[in-house]
Amino acid sequence: MILFDATLCALIIAVALATVAGRDSFRAIVFFIVYGLFVAVAWVRLDAVNVALAEAAIGAGLTAVLFLAGIGRLRRAHVQADQGVPLHLPAALACTGLTAALGWAWFALPLPDRPAPQLAQAMPQAGVENAVTAVLLNFRAWDTLLETVVLLAALIGVWMLTRDGNWSAPVGLPQHVRPGGVLSGFGRVLPPVGFLVGVYLVYAGTSRPGGAFQGGTVLAAVGLVAAMAGTVRPPRITATGWRVALIIGPLVFLLAGVAGEMLGSGFLTLPVAIAGNAILAIEIALTVSIAMTLAFLVLGPPESDDSGGSAS
Amino acid sequence: MSGQKRMADIATYVLTGLGLMFFLAGTVGLIRFPDTFSRLHALTKADNLGLGLTALGIAFQAQSWREIALLVLIWALALLSAGTVAQLVARTALNETDPE
Amino acid sequence: MTTWLTFVALGVLVCLAAALWRVWTGPQRADRMMAAQLVGTGGAGILIVLAPLSGWEILDVALTLVMLAALASVGFVKAASGDGAGDPEEEDSPAPPLRQAGKDVGAEADG
Repeated sequence: MILFDATLCALIIAVALATVAGRDSFRAIVFFIVYGLFVAVAWVRLDAVNVALAEAAIGAGLTAVLFLAGIGRLRRAHVQADQGVPLHLPAALACTGLTAALGWAWFALPLPDRPAPQLAQAMPQAGVENAVTAVLLNFRAWDTLLETVVLLAALIGVWMLTRDGNWSAPVGLPQHVRPGGVLSGFGRVLPPVGFLVGVYLVYAGTSRPGGAFQGGTVLAAVGLVAAMAGTVRPPRITATGWRVALIIGPLVFLLAGVAGEMLGSGFLTLPVAIAGNAILAIEIALTVSIAMTLAFLVLGPPESDDSGGSAS
Repeated sequence: MSGQKRMADIATYVLTGLGLMFFLAGTVGLIRFPDTFSRLHALTKADNLGLGLTALGIAFQAQSWREIALLVLIWALALLSAGTVAQLVARTALNETDPE
Repeated sequence: MTTWLTFVALGVLVCLAAALWRVWTGPQRADRMMAAQLVGTGGAGILIVLAPLSGWEILDVALTLVMLAALASVGFVKAASGDGAGDPEEEDSPAPPLRQAGKDVGAEADG
């Protein structure tokens, strides 16, 4: 097993170096995707299956589509996308310095006990058996709530890139596929299966690795496949229903927090009696919001056509 | 009971070994074939067969139907994705080498 | 059993390392993207092989890897099409920009 882990580590470092070396930007993007895949396996080896699920979905899937769409745009606008030099020296020095600082910090800190004794004591009051879900949605719910709001802020930032005339257009570039072709068939077979997998991941998150973020990212990926294969039409952001779906996660989370306050145990502290059901309700609402937000983030601002010429 | 377990273990050894061989074959094809399209062909056929054999081998070690169902689902999705992606990527490569 | 499964996982990992060479050199973008797809399939294979050793819940990660690798490839195909949102199989799609030596993507000469 040591040999396997050592090879994996060496591969990860090699892929990281290959990502930043050379001039070809597309090659760097593909190496970045490969890096995400290897790091997902590394998380599994480190026993962090929740993180592995999120890394596989976001690092290898959604970020990949974002980068590939970006370099596609640059190419269509005939913008020189490659670097002029094989190695960008200031960036290389800054990253090396940061890596060295992180390495020093890692070795300087004492190793934590696993599982933490306080967490082990508090788990019976959590309402779920998965320790990660308990920490995310019960013990450290404040952080998670703020993270969901940050996601929404990022989405609004993307929407600000819309041209005025396109505000009521559907999100992203207008997709078109050959009717009856391979892509269109794929878009009909994968989404139902993927939807079930996403829902399963959310539900399994109470007792096995999984949860709202993991299920939400898989659902976002499924939605993206459906949109890109022409199975569903991307929505307009002026539609009220979609806007409600976007904010329902943080809203339910806030309501649960206020309910905790009114039931006397404090803001965002769930009393033991309702903790299990409250967490499930929060997870369902969060999954909907996260899936929508991520899918909209990757699809981009509303556009009516790719008016090439300018690289925006 | 131990006879059953031993049979299951032998099945796992054989099938995962075969799966590894197919993975190796597909990878050798990826490196050695002279042309984009032949490399695509090697990838799609050999590596997914390797994945299927490996999943079948591990299924003999599964402890409940849930794991077997998951393994079958993984392989089915891998086949579906590989077939689709191979067609699309090959067509993209064709469009790029053959501008009208 | 444990040593054998670890050996198989290591074997697949070595295959993936070889695929990385194809990402580095593959003259066409399709080569690179297909090698990335291989890493996704291979990663799922590794996790499947490790499942009896590390716990069966990592099959969920393998499932996610397979689906998301497909998404990345579909994203590549879309982005490489003529207008960024098309299907490579369409007969009348706008032609993708030609690969011109020295411009766009591909200073392949530096390997």
